[in-house]
Order: sequence, then structure tokens, then C-alpha cells
Amino acid sequence: MPSYARDVAVVAFAQSDHKRHTDEQSEVEMLMPVLHQVLAATGLKTGDIDFTCSGSSDYLAGRAFSFTMALDGVGAWPPISESHVEMDGAWALYEAWVKIQTGEADTALVYSYGKSSPGSVRDVLTRQLDPYYVAPLWPDAPALAALQAQALIDAGEADEKALAGVASRSRAAAAGNPHAQLRGERPQGDYAVQPLRTGDLPPVTDGAAAVILAADDTARRLCERPAWIRGIDHRIEAHSLGVRDLTDSPSTRQAAERAGAFERPVDTAELHAPFSSQELVLRKALGLDDSVSVNPSGGALAANPIMAAGLIRIGEVAARIHRGESARALAHATSGPCLQQNLVAVLEGQEGEASR
Amino acid sequence: MTDVLSAPLVVEFPFTRSLGPVQSAFLTGLREQTVLGVRTAAGKVLVPPVEYDPETSAELSELAEVGATGTVTTWAWNHEPRRGQPLDTPFAWVLVRLDGADTALLHALDVPGPDAVHTGMRVRIRWAAERAGAITDIACFEPAADDGAPLAAATPHSGAFEDPLTGVTLPARLDYTYTPGRATTSYLNGLKERRLIGERCPVCEKVYIPPRGACPTDGVATAEKVEVGPSGTVTTYAIVNIKAKNLDVEVPYVYAHVAMDGAGLPLHGRIGGIPYDQVRMGMRVEPVWKDGNDYPDHYRPTGEPDADYDMYKEQL
Repeated sequence: MPSYARDVAVVAFAQSDHKRHTDEQSEVEMLMPVLHQVLAATGLKTGDIDFTCSGSSDYLAGRAFSFTMALDGVGAWPPISESHVEMDGAWALYEAWVKIQTGEADTALVYSYGKSSPGSVRDVLTRQLDPYYVAPLWPDAPALAALQAQALIDAGEADEKALAGVASRSRAAAAGNPHAQLRGERPQGDYAVQPLRTGDLPPVTDGAAAVILAADDTARRLCERPAWIRGIDHRIEAHSLGVRDLTDSPSTRQAAERAGAFERPVDTAELHAPFSSQELVLRKALGLDDSVSVNPSGGALAANPIMAAGLIRIGEVAARIHRGESARALAHATSGPCLQQNLVAVLEGQEGEASR
Repeated sequence: MTDVLSAPLVVEFPFTRSLGPVQSAFLTGLREQTVLGVRTAAGKVLVPPVEYDPETSAELSELAEVGATGTVTTWAWNHEPRRGQPLDTPFAWVLVRLDGADTALLHALDVPGPDAVHTGMRVRIRWAAERAGAITDIACFEPAADDGAPLAAATPHSGAFEDPLTGVTLPARLDYTYTPGRATTSYLNGLKERRLIGERCPVCEKVYIPPRGACPTDGVATAEKVEVGPSGTVTTYAIVNIKAKNLDVEVPYVYAHVAMDGAGLPLHGRIGGIPYDQVRMGMRVEPVWKDGNDYPDHYRPTGEPDADYDMYKEQL
């Protein structure tokens, strides 16, 4: 296991009911109940939190500086110690985890939200691509994922049946997740971008999530069964799609190695695979076999609030550990086209070396 | 719950970017129907070229010309082209490894249907009629004969062209249907009736206007609607001497913070109906609405005695 200065645990997790539209709510109005819920789970007030870190992107809803307005929902005045990343909340969690490791904080509130409904997320996400060579062609995320899926098919590692299997299992699992947007199986539908069918694509989602991290004795005080982060790391691929082997995810494998994921088997994995084909890439990179329960929440195919869907993976495995349903779990988050950047965290119910 | 307001919102943002030597040579080359890659220390030719080796991070500068024909390494069929994409008829997205290159370039392939494309297929560049030095100087790819001949290797190239590009302007546009949410909708509906309606925090009782739905001190929803005014107090102001574009107001004029009676924080607006050099802190004012505008056009003096400093110092 990686060795860290402090044992840090997820002590609470909350998420919204994820929906296609939340027209009646601004971003802070959508987020605030989730913040209240996660604080209530620990009995902490905003003033008790040492560090707050959030992840969001103003491009999704087209609202400039929305993250500053979202901070109103935290109660950020007089000024609190806080930070923001224009990334999925999983990376905000990473920053908060580092902050706690430095000893500057014992507790952290991490939240993220995405309100994709006002815009066209297929157009919006093209703006994150290489501005010289790729963005002027406006290739949307399903198109890039479809190139990856075809590469898997050409390599003999997938076929449409296997993709459909991922989609149907994910949504069947989501039937038991009251927060999910697509609960229960649905037809694969027509091609969206061949070889991907509409069923292989994630829904367009508005939603939010929040996590509270705490160190050492503080974690034990706040949570009966803390979900200890035994390892966490993130890595990135070369940025040019044509340089990469799209059928593999070496950055995921490397992050998992550094997070200690391969030292002992996990019983559960929540993978942030917005497209069905990407789950196959991740399963291979992480060496997950059928003994592992993959995406019991339904994953991003059942609810995909962009900027929050990765943080939710960490929250979902933590919640399973809190409930005693998992002893050792892996959470993965991704960002960018075709699994460009990947974060892996390993969480356990058992405490680490720093405590013993 | 009143109906939520919504309105179209267009965000346009042209980025003006400078080009390094490698990108400048590549994009200028496209203008001249020449495709350049860059050679790494390990001998790989990267197309499109990058300035640093993705494997070693070494700076790259050794340019090489590759072919205008290449091989499809993966593809996806796009039956519904979207705005801005290379073709407006259904096409295949392709990654193409051009002859002489070791990496692949993303673009569109013009073929009639998904049955007419496969991985390993030979394709060639169709150049745009008008070229400016952009990835879109390649209009798309089209099928090429597969004669089985050995692929041409990359050849060294100086990267020198007449009138090289040093920068590019890349337009972008995103369209939204904007909905402001509950609190702002309520505020905007009030304005239509020429009423200024804030919301009170249930914890600290401060009245926020315009309400944004949350109290930033207590982190709770503001729910109770409170109409403020009808008059207010100038808390602070500035004299504007520079005429703003598209603003039909003579300078100098006064722009002020106005704390409406009952509000916990000031609105801001222009002060009219009084010479600019007579405006003062504490002056009592009221909003002036104009037909056709659903917001106060400006604020004018009410003639009441000035407010005592203690009455508004918390709102400075």
C-alpha cells in the first residue's frame, strides 16, 4: 500500500436526484440541498470545515463565474478557505486530500455539479479539444468515443453485443439507485454514431454531488465506519488522439498501480465510463474479472452529471463501505475525450498504517 | 411556483492564438498543400506535429513531409452532421495515418455510407478550394485506389514557406436556452410589474436583492419574498467621464450604489434629475422606470432630507 502521512477517509456522501432538466433551479439552487445533506450526515456546519474544494465548468450552462455563485450555497462569507478546479469533482477531492495530507486541514468539503440542460453538451465538449488541430472540426464526444469503440471491435476486443451487455447491465443495476436518471433496462436504439447506439451513450444530466473528507481521529468521530482512502493517483494520456492506442488505458493502469489497487483484489469497482465501450477498456486496464461487482450504482450510463459523475464514483464506493457492503473498493474518474485523464482511488473499511 | 423564465443565449468567443515554429510550419504547409510532421529522437514521425515529444518531452523541431494519401486506422459513421463539422452530408469520422507518418490525424471521410469505409482503407486528402492555414484546409478525405505499392517514407523538409502564419483566430459559438432559476425568475417577474423584490435569509434576516437563491453567510435558501423601496439612499458613487459605447447618456454622469429601504445590500444605477456635482452620499432617491424597459432607467432625488450615515454605513 502507498504510504501517506495521514489516514484520510470519506465520511459522508450525498448526491442529487439526477435529471434531464432542472429549469426551475439555478446551479446553486440545485446544489444547496446536497450540501445540506452531506453536512447533516456528519453534524458539521460550514464553519467547522477547514477546506472547501469544488469542481465545475461554466461552459455547461453558459453561466460565467457560476462557481462563485455556487459558493453562496456553502455559506462562504466571511471568506472561507476554498479552491475550485475546472475539472470533475474527483480532482477537487484529490486537491482536498493533498491539503489534508499537508496538515493544513483536518476536514474538507468537496462538491461538484453540472447543469448540461441549457446547452448542447455535444457541442460544448468540443471546446475542450486541441484548439489548433481538432476543435475546428467540432468532433463531439460520442463521435470520438465511437472511434475508440471501432478500434476495440477491429482489435477483436468488443462487438456490439458486448457493448449492449454493458449498457443493459448498467441500467438494470440503476433500478436499485433512487438517484439515477435511467433506471432499468432500455432498448439499445438506433446508431448515434456507428458503432455506438443511443443505448451506448450516457444520458444528458443535471446533477450535483458532495463528499466530506476527514483525517484520523476526526474521521472516526464523524463516521461509524469511515471509508479510508488507502491510495489515490491520477495520470494523463498524450493529448493527441492519433498518438494513443485507443484500445488501452495505460494512464488508468499506472494510476491504479500507484494507488495500490493491484496489491489485493477489490470486491467493488465504480468506473466512470460514460460510453459502454469505455467500461471494456477500463476493465482491461484494471484487470477486473467477474468476481468484482462493477458499477452497482449503474454508473455514468445511468446518470452522467458532467463534472460530478467522477466524484459520484468515489462517493458510491464510500457509501457502500459506510453501509458495510464492501470491504475494499476501487473508484475511477475520467476527464476528456476517450478516457484522456484518469484518477483511481482505493478505499477500504480497514484503517491504514498511519493509524496503527 | 411561477413559470420559469427562459431566453436564448449565444456565447461567441474567437480565440486569437499565436503559433510556435512547429504549428506554424504545419498550418502554413496545409495552405500550400503540403503536410508536415515532426520527427522524434526515436525516429517516429508525428502527424499532426507537436512541439514536444509525448514520450520524452524533448523539444521537437525536425520537420518532415509526409504523403497526402494514408490509411484509416479507425472510423465512426456520423449520419447526422452537426454545425461546424467538415461535411454537411453524412460522413465517416476517421483517424488517418498518412504515408510516412507513425501517428494518425483526425478528420472526415466523404463516402456514401458506412459500408464504404473500413479500417485499413486507403484514402487521400481532398484539399479545400480556399485555404487559409487551418486544419480545415483539408476539406476532408476521399477514397484512394489501393495499388499495393509500398508506402512512401517521410522526406526532410525545412518548414520554410513564404509568408508563414504566426497566429490564428479560431471562432467558436455555443447556443444555450438560459433559465435563471427560481430566485432570479421571481426578481425578474417583479421588475415587469415595476416592483423590486428581494428575498430574506431565514437565519440572519438580511434581505438580498437581486436574490440569487442562497445566503452567502449562512448557506441556506432565501425564500421569503420582500418588496423593498419605494425609495433608497445613495451609499457611494462615482462620476463617469468616459462615454460608453452604445450608451445614450451625456457625460459626466453619476453612477451610484443605492440601498433601497428594507434591502440588505445596494443595487446600482445611474443618478439623474440633478447636476452630477450635487450628488452626495446619503442622498434619498427613487427609481425612474421608462416605458419598454423592465428595469429602473435611473434613480432621481426624492427631495427628502439626506439619510444619516449610520443608517446606511453597513451597506457601503
